[in-house]
Amino acid sequence: MTDATLNRTAQTGSAAKSPSIIGVALKEAALTAVIVFLMSLLMVGFQTQAVQGQYLGYVTRYSDVFWAVIIIPAGRFVMALDRQGKTMPAVIVGALAFIYFFIGGALGVLELPIYKSIPLPYEQPMVNVIFGLGALYILGTALKSNLSAGQRRQTLEQREAAEAKSAKIARNISSILGPILVIGAVVLPMTPWGDRQLVDSLILVLTYVMLGWGLNIVVGLAGLLDLGYVAFYAVGAYTYGKLSTELGFSFWESLPLAGIMAASFGICLGFPVLRLRGDYLAIVTLGFGEMIRIVLINWQVFTGGPNGIGQITKITFFGYPFERSAPEGTTTFAQLFGLPFSSAHRVYFLYYVILVLALITNFVTMRLRRLPIGRAWEALREDETACRALGINPTNTKLTAFAMGAMFAGFAGSFFATRQGFISPESFTFIESAVILAIVVLGGMGSQVGVALAAILLIGLPEALRQLELYRMLAFGGSMVLIMLWRPKGLLAHRAPTILLNKHKKTKAAGAA
Amino acid sequence: MVGEAALMPEAGAPALLTVEHLTMRFGGLTAIDDVTFTAQNRQITGVIGPNGAGKTTLFNCITGFYKPTVGRLTLQAPNRPTYLLEQMEGFKIGQQAHVARTFQNIRLFTGMSVLENLMVAQHNKLMKASGMTFLGLFGVPSYNRAEREARDLAVHWLERVNLKHLADEPAGSLPYGAQRRLEIARAMCTDPVLLCLDEPAAGLNPRESGELNALLRSIRDDLGIGVLLIEHDMSVVMQICDHIVVLDYGRKIADGVPAEIRADPAVIRAYLGEEEAE
Repeated sequence: MTDATLNRTAQTGSAAKSPSIIGVALKEAALTAVIVFLMSLLMVGFQTQAVQGQYLGYVTRYSDVFWAVIIIPAGRFVMALDRQGKTMPAVIVGALAFIYFFIGGALGVLELPIYKSIPLPYEQPMVNVIFGLGALYILGTALKSNLSAGQRRQTLEQREAAEAKSAKIARNISSILGPILVIGAVVLPMTPWGDRQLVDSLILVLTYVMLGWGLNIVVGLAGLLDLGYVAFYAVGAYTYGKLSTELGFSFWESLPLAGIMAASFGICLGFPVLRLRGDYLAIVTLGFGEMIRIVLINWQVFTGGPNGIGQITKITFFGYPFERSAPEGTTTFAQLFGLPFSSAHRVYFLYYVILVLALITNFVTMRLRRLPIGRAWEALREDETACRALGINPTNTKLTAFAMGAMFAGFAGSFFATRQGFISPESFTFIESAVILAIVVLGGMGSQVGVALAAILLIGLPEALRQLELYRMLAFGGSMVLIMLWRPKGLLAHRAPTILLNKHKKTKAAGAA
Repeated sequence: MVGEAALMPEAGAPALLTVEHLTMRFGGLTAIDDVTFTAQNRQITGVIGPNGAGKTTLFNCITGFYKPTVGRLTLQAPNRPTYLLEQMEGFKIGQQAHVARTFQNIRLFTGMSVLENLMVAQHNKLMKASGMTFLGLFGVPSYNRAEREARDLAVHWLERVNLKHLADEPAGSLPYGAQRRLEIARAMCTDPVLLCLDEPAAGLNPRESGELNALLRSIRDDLGIGVLLIEHDMSVVMQICDHIVVLDYGRKIADGVPAEIRADPAVIRAYLGEEEAE
C-alpha cells in the first residue's frame, strides 16, 4: 500500500464510515440493475421470428435478461467499491469472473464438448466471452487503481507526461508492429494457414487499409473531415467499369485513369467547400457522397442505374488471363508457368496486387509528409490563419489534399471493380464512408500502423464474430466504445516529427510507421 | 484612385511602407479613421495607443486579413517590385510582398516540432525546389540540397532566439516566452522585408523583454529590414523604437521620435485622461 492509497482511504473513511461505502455501492448497483433491466427487456427479452413463414411472432428470453440483471450490477457494485478505495473485492471478483466466463466461453467458441457440462448463464459461448472481457475490464481498472493510487486527479503536467508516455509507447509499438505486419502480409499466403477463404477476406481488409490510408491524408494530415470519401471510391470503380465494358480497357490500363478521374472529382468537390471548416465541411462532403450515389442510381443510360455494371473484365497477370482455357492466340497464367489450372491463382494474385497498391499508398503518404506540401497540410490543420500569414496558399494546399486522398480511393475502387466483376450503387453507401472514417479515427489520426490495425479490427472482427449472430453488432459496437474509452486518441496515436535536428535520435523507426 | 504621381513621398529615399488615408469600417464602427504614416527601412516603427485604438486592425489591414474600406498601402522594398498591399489577396502579401507578422495571441503550429514550424515558414521556397512536390517525391538532389539549406536557415534563427536545444520538441510544449521568440523566428524564416510584431513583449518578464529588445535591434541592424511594432510596454517602446505613431479611437494623434511623443500633450491626454475643470 502506498501512502497515497492510505490518504485516499483516510479521506473517504473520515468523511463517511464503511457502511456508507457499501451503501453507495449498493445504490449504484440498484440503479444499474434498473437500467440494465429496462434496456435489455425489449432488446434481449423478446425476439421476433416468423411463425410458419407467414406471421410475425416472438419468443421470450427472460432468463437471459435475468442473468444480465444479476451479473452486470454485481460488477458495478465491486467497481463502486474500488472507486471508493476498497480495491480487493474488485480484484477478486474480477479475476474469478474473468476465469469463469472467459475460459468457459472460450471452450464453447473452440467447440469443445466440455462446454455443455459447464453451468454458464448463456447458451451462446461468445456472449459469455464478452462477459469475461467485462470482468477483465473490472480487474484491470482495479489493478490500475491499486498501482497508481492517488493519481486519480491528475495535474495538467501529469496528464501531459502520461500522454507523452503513451505516445512513446505507441511509437515503439508501431515501429515493431509495422514491419511484422508487412512481412506477415507478404508471407501469409505461402504458409499452410493462408487458405483461399482467409486470403479472400484479407483482400477485403487490405482494400479498407488502403482506403483508410488514403482518407488519412485528408482527415489525419490536412484535418479536413470528409464524410463522403466513398464517392471517390465509386468514381474509381465506375471509371474502370465503363472503360472495361465500353472500350475494352484492361485493369492495368485503366488504373491510372481511374486515379486521375477520382482526383479531378476530388478537386471538383474541393472548390466549393474551401471556405468551410469543421462540421460544415463534414455536412457538405456527406452531401457530395450521397449526390454521387444518387446520380449513379438515376443515370440509367450511363451507369446502368440500380442494376449496376456487370461483366467487368477480370484482372489479368499483366496480359495473361487466369482462365481454364485461353481464347485463341493468348496464353493463360497457368500455361505460362506450366502450372495446373486453379481458380485460387487469381485470388492470390489479387491479394498481392492490393497489398502492393496499399503499400504504395503508405509509401507515398509517408514521403509526402516529409515534403513541403505535407508539412503545409499539417500546418493547415493546426492553424489556418498562421498559414496565411506565412504566405501559404490555403486553397491549393487543401485541393491537393483532397485530390491525393481521392486518387488513392480511385485506385482502390478500380481494384474493387475488377475483383467483383460487378458494381452497383449499393456498394457505395454512406455506411462505407463511415466505416473508413471509423478506421482512421480508431487507428489514431495520422498513424499508418494504427490505421492498418483498425482496419483489421473493424473489417476482420465482424467476420470473426459471425457465430455470435444476433449479438454481433452489439459486440462490434461495444468493442469500439471500449477502444475509445481506453485510447481516446486512437489505438496508436502518435506523431513523429518529419525532420529532426539531432539525427542520432531514431528517425528510422518512426519513418517505418 | 490617386494618380501615380501622388505615390512619391515628400523627400529623400522612398519609405518602405506608406500608409495613406487608411480607413476601416465594420458596419457603423470606424476602427481606423483616415490614418496616414510611413515606416522606413532599418527602423523600428512603434504603433502605440490605448486599448481599442485600432492598432491590431491596422496590422490586419497591412497583412491582408482585412480589406481596408478606403486607403492605400504601398510597400517599396529596395531592389524589389512595388506592391499595393490593399489590392492583394491575403496569403500573397506573405508569399510575394514578403510581409511577415506575429500574433497578439501566439499562433504556432503547436502539435508540430519547433524545427518543423520554421520549415513550414519556408514553404514557398521549398515548394518551388520540390518541383511542386513531383520532383521531391523522387528525392532529386536539388530538392535535398534546398531542404538542407532551409534547415540551416532554421537552425540559424533557432540559435539567434536561443531555442536550438528545443528544436525537436513540440512547439506547444514550450514555455510562454520561448513560444513568443519562436514566433518571431518563424516570421523571420519567411525572409521578410517588413516584420510586423503584435505585442511581442506581452507576458514576458523584464529579463526576457530585455533579450527581446536586443533581438529586435539586431534584426533591424543586421538585416536592414523594417520593423512595425505594436507594444504596450513603454520600456520596450521608448528604448528601441526609432519612430512612433500614436493611435487613439482609430485616429492618428501623434507621429514622431520617442522624445517628441513622450512630451506630446495629446498623447498624455489619451493615456492619462483629461484634467477635469473644477
